[in-house]
Amino acid sequence: MIEMTASELLALQAAGKATAVEIAEAFLAATQAREPKLKAFVSLDEAAIRDQAAAIDAKRAAGKPLGKLAGVPVAIKDVLCTKGVTTTCSSKMLKNFVPPYDAHVVERLRAEDAILFGKTNMDEFAMGSSTENSAFQTTRNPWDTERIPGGSSGGSAACVAGCQAPLSLGTDTGGSIRQPAALCGIVGIKPTYGRVSRYGLIAFASSLDQVGPFAHDITDSALLLEAISGHDKRDSTCVNQPVPEYRKTLNDPVKGLRIGVPREFFEKGLDSEVESAVRTALKEYEKQGATLVDVSLPHSKYALAAYYIVAPAEASSNLARFDGMHYGHRTAQKTDLISTYAKSRGEAFGKEVQRRIMIGTYVLSSGYKDAYYVKALKVRRLVKKDFDDVLATCDVVMGPTTPTAAFKAGEKSDDPLAMYLSDVYTVSCNLAGIPGLSMPCGFTKTGLPIGLQLLGKPFDEEKLLRIARMYETATDWHTRRPKV
Amino acid sequence: MSLTLDQVRKVAILARLELPEDDLVRMQSQLSAILDYVAQLDELNTDGVEPMAHPLPIQNVFRPDVPVPSLSPNEALQNAPKREKGKDYFSVPAVFDSDEPVSH
Repeated sequence: MIEMTASELLALQAAGKATAVEIAEAFLAATQAREPKLKAFVSLDEAAIRDQAAAIDAKRAAGKPLGKLAGVPVAIKDVLCTKGVTTTCSSKMLKNFVPPYDAHVVERLRAEDAILFGKTNMDEFAMGSSTENSAFQTTRNPWDTERIPGGSSGGSAACVAGCQAPLSLGTDTGGSIRQPAALCGIVGIKPTYGRVSRYGLIAFASSLDQVGPFAHDITDSALLLEAISGHDKRDSTCVNQPVPEYRKTLNDPVKGLRIGVPREFFEKGLDSEVESAVRTALKEYEKQGATLVDVSLPHSKYALAAYYIVAPAEASSNLARFDGMHYGHRTAQKTDLISTYAKSRGEAFGKEVQRRIMIGTYVLSSGYKDAYYVKALKVRRLVKKDFDDVLATCDVVMGPTTPTAAFKAGEKSDDPLAMYLSDVYTVSCNLAGIPGLSMPCGFTKTGLPIGLQLLGKPFDEEKLLRIARMYETATDWHTRRPKV
Repeated sequence: MSLTLDQVRKVAILARLELPEDDLVRMQSQLSAILDYVAQLDELNTDGVEPMAHPLPIQNVFRPDVPVPSLSPNEALQNAPKREKGKDYFSVPAVFDSDEPVSH
């Protein structure tokens, strides 16, 4: 049962073959058994899970209408506020923070009768690409527990790949859903910026952050995307546009599909096994009648540099609220106001968070702002224009999600810059605000997952999912499960 | 290196981050490496390009200026690092203080 998809679990319940309580117990047992190896969760309230499941069964028995996620466990990255449940961002700063409200996406899960299934581990404040920056524990990749699951949504990716939950929510600012999805062999989507409300998402970079789904396959990811998308008055950066029924059109292939293949995504630094798997996937699309178009995204090489100016700049502003005054850690040392801020933050923020705040502060400071921050914003417009130009004549852009498969824990944690380079194919999508999806497309010789990345036009998730489904129907990567 | 240790100290003050000396030294080399990397943007001619702070062309999303329910004082104070019993405010170190450290 734990290897089933959410769609299968919904069908089981509808057919009377399983109850929500039975499903919850199965995933609780799997979580307990696998947690010592995976360490995907920061917190999990078994009693609350059992109560939720019992309530769903009672609702069904009473003949009441049920939401589209009824009885399905959904794990939640610990960067999203859950009312009455600690939300830590995997940081000492928020170790005991209990939000008095739910994030919009959490409200949506409740409205659809999902079982809120624990809070997952992450890189602290969503800053990182391996989940090694968590202040609490390092999550492991279910396919090889010597290796990292990716980051910053490593816990959410690992728990789905490791069958501790069938669905989870993550967030993506520079690749933090797509990269762990690729390294863990599952589907991950970063929606178009503004598609999903950020209300209750503890902010890292406000113009880049988006909440998105992790799932075993395209159908499940479409289901979860439907559930969380849509307008919310409380987030002034989200868009008031109707949400299509993504699952309805999923199985309609795109006729005359034109796939842009950027030459910049296949240059030096790309592992040969990853390249081989991705090119084989592209051939499969050709077999289905698609045309591969050689394109260029000329500003690709500058996107990473622009990202590592813009994201830290926004982070330095967003994390200024953590000053020990209203919530979070306050230093025990008795001192003046400014020193209280400085000591509280120095004590409770991890090294990567401190680094990014420092970079952000520097690039925004007087005398440097024009040379760094404003310059980066100009490059950002050029990066977006590259995509606009290519997507005017192609339906989608495809390439590898990551330059390599999962690396070993500790391999890059001493070199911040080396860690940043693993985001090279993912950051431009956040800068441009377009939607991105990663899906499994093979394994390395040593059994590590490889991800295929699809990048689409703004608010064109419906077509992106149809395109992804074309590949999925011809392959079986999405049915593989690791032995944990 | 791109940054002097003194510049690192100044940035730490702006960022309200108190860091031990050896952390500052390590920061100096790490931050310098990162700044060296991002400096490649100087290769690009961006004359006439408008900065883009935000991917969506939406601005000034307003709502009517009508009070709506919000957090109660009690809910808002639930995570207060320090709150005096029965009081509806956060206890913080004095903003306008004398030279002595204020107990809090």
